[in-house]
Amino acid sequence: MTVIDVMCEMTAVVWKLEKSVGQTVSEGDIVMVLESMKMEIPVEAPSSGRITEMLAAEGDSVSEGDVLMRIEAEA
Amino acid sequence: MRKLLIANRGEIARRIIRSARAREIATVAVYSEIDARSLHVADADEAIAIGPAPARQSYLDAGKVVEAATASGADAIHPGYGFLSENAEFAEAVMDAGLIWVGPAPDTLRSMGDKDRARRIAASAGVPVVPGSPRIETGSKVDLEALAREVGFPLLVKSSAGGGGIGMRRVDSYDRLADTVSATASMAEKSFGDGTVFLERFVPRARHVEIQVFGFGNGEAIHLFERDCSLQRRFQKVIEESPAPKFTEKLRADMTAAAVALCRATKYAGAGTVEFILDVKTEEFFFLEMNTRIQVEHPVTEMVTGRDLVGMQLDFARGALFSVDQAAIESSGHAVQCRLYAENPSKSFMPSPGTLNRFKLPAPDLTLRVDCGYREGDMVSPHYDPMIAKIIAHGADRETACRRAIAALKEIEVEGIATNRDFLLACLESTAFRAGEVHTGFIEEHKSGLLAATVAIP
Repeated sequence: MTVIDVMCEMTAVVWKLEKSVGQTVSEGDIVMVLESMKMEIPVEAPSSGRITEMLAAEGDSVSEGDVLMRIEAEA
Repeated sequence: MRKLLIANRGEIARRIIRSARAREIATVAVYSEIDARSLHVADADEAIAIGPAPARQSYLDAGKVVEAATASGADAIHPGYGFLSENAEFAEAVMDAGLIWVGPAPDTLRSMGDKDRARRIAASAGVPVVPGSPRIETGSKVDLEALAREVGFPLLVKSSAGGGGIGMRRVDSYDRLADTVSATASMAEKSFGDGTVFLERFVPRARHVEIQVFGFGNGEAIHLFERDCSLQRRFQKVIEESPAPKFTEKLRADMTAAAVALCRATKYAGAGTVEFILDVKTEEFFFLEMNTRIQVEHPVTEMVTGRDLVGMQLDFARGALFSVDQAAIESSGHAVQCRLYAENPSKSFMPSPGTLNRFKLPAPDLTLRVDCGYREGDMVSPHYDPMIAKIIAHGADRETACRRAIAALKEIEVEGIATNRDFLLACLESTAFRAGEVHTGFIEEHKSGLLAATVAIP
């Protein structure tokens, strides 16, 4: 099983979690929405799989390089 | 008016403080926790903390702002732009607290803030409006196809609440219509708590031209000419100028007359902007919306008319300005404003908040104005607008103003975050822009060339 880190690409605030731990996602699904400078920035699942860990909560400040969540990729 | 509280931050708070100070009005800044050491706080005579960084808990908290005004002994509030500036309940709360509200009457904010209502008011004042549908309430059973047929394609699905391009989607054919209407409605419901939408004709090649107005609350109003704000990305303005290029005297006369007619009909009080879209092909123009506040691009008008718009707002609010003779308002030369944003043009203009490790701006002079809310070492926070500075250049003609703006932009040095400086330069240096061939799709149409030029700029 490959565990993939979903990385944050910019300084932002977590606006909305679209998925939760245990849910299965497909590559390209929007898993989270960040807000930065009045803009909504959707975060897409980098690959299909199951979310095993959620490392950010709504309202959290996040920075470039932070791990937002982990996805256990499909074999 | 003895003491003015400025319910804003950044460059516009500083701008308002300047005009207040020139009138010997004391100033009070408000600030969120992360803005404690910011320039607008340093500029003001006193400053009051109003909460944590998220705007909803500070700059958008009407109760805290009014409380700060009362606590500081201020007798007036200027809202600037954005935040609470077009919030009717806030304006009422200010007035209920016995304070002077520097802005139009709450009823005006309310009617102009509802785009659909605003459009009906404009139409009844004889102002041309874009063909559009009635409101579509969430979940209502309406014949969308029939509505779309009357409006005509391409069209935009827009939310009644909201603004600044938020909650607006384009539809080119019947098959995407129903899906887009429900997606826009649910987005609007989530963002504004109101899922009402409407359809509106989309002009494929349009310019955004707006008229600066000032009303005296008694049916009298003047205009201070036009601004062309066609250069936009994601429906947000990037470069603004006055006079509008390739704009006939007839268009100018018709558009300014329409804007003034709207102000007269609504007994508009204070500074405002009537926005129009101008069809490049047919030269028809349609009312878009009215902004009931001072605007980001107001310096362009100040540079060509020599008028202090914020000063006029303050004077009108304190009962020191009752009328201005239209004939006395003259436009001289050409002004162009460039908005320096913390964003990355080559990553589809994604915001790039961070610390300004190095930040050097050109020195202002008679033909160059620089409005800025940041200094070297400051953090450009993800919580607020990405605009860092406005560079406004004036010249005897458009060419001269553009050349001065280019020279000024080249003096800007920023390290620590990505900015659109080179992209602005590429726009100003492009043949199409210099030929005045501006339209709202300009950036999208010339994107590859502009981005290539951006990389090439040393």
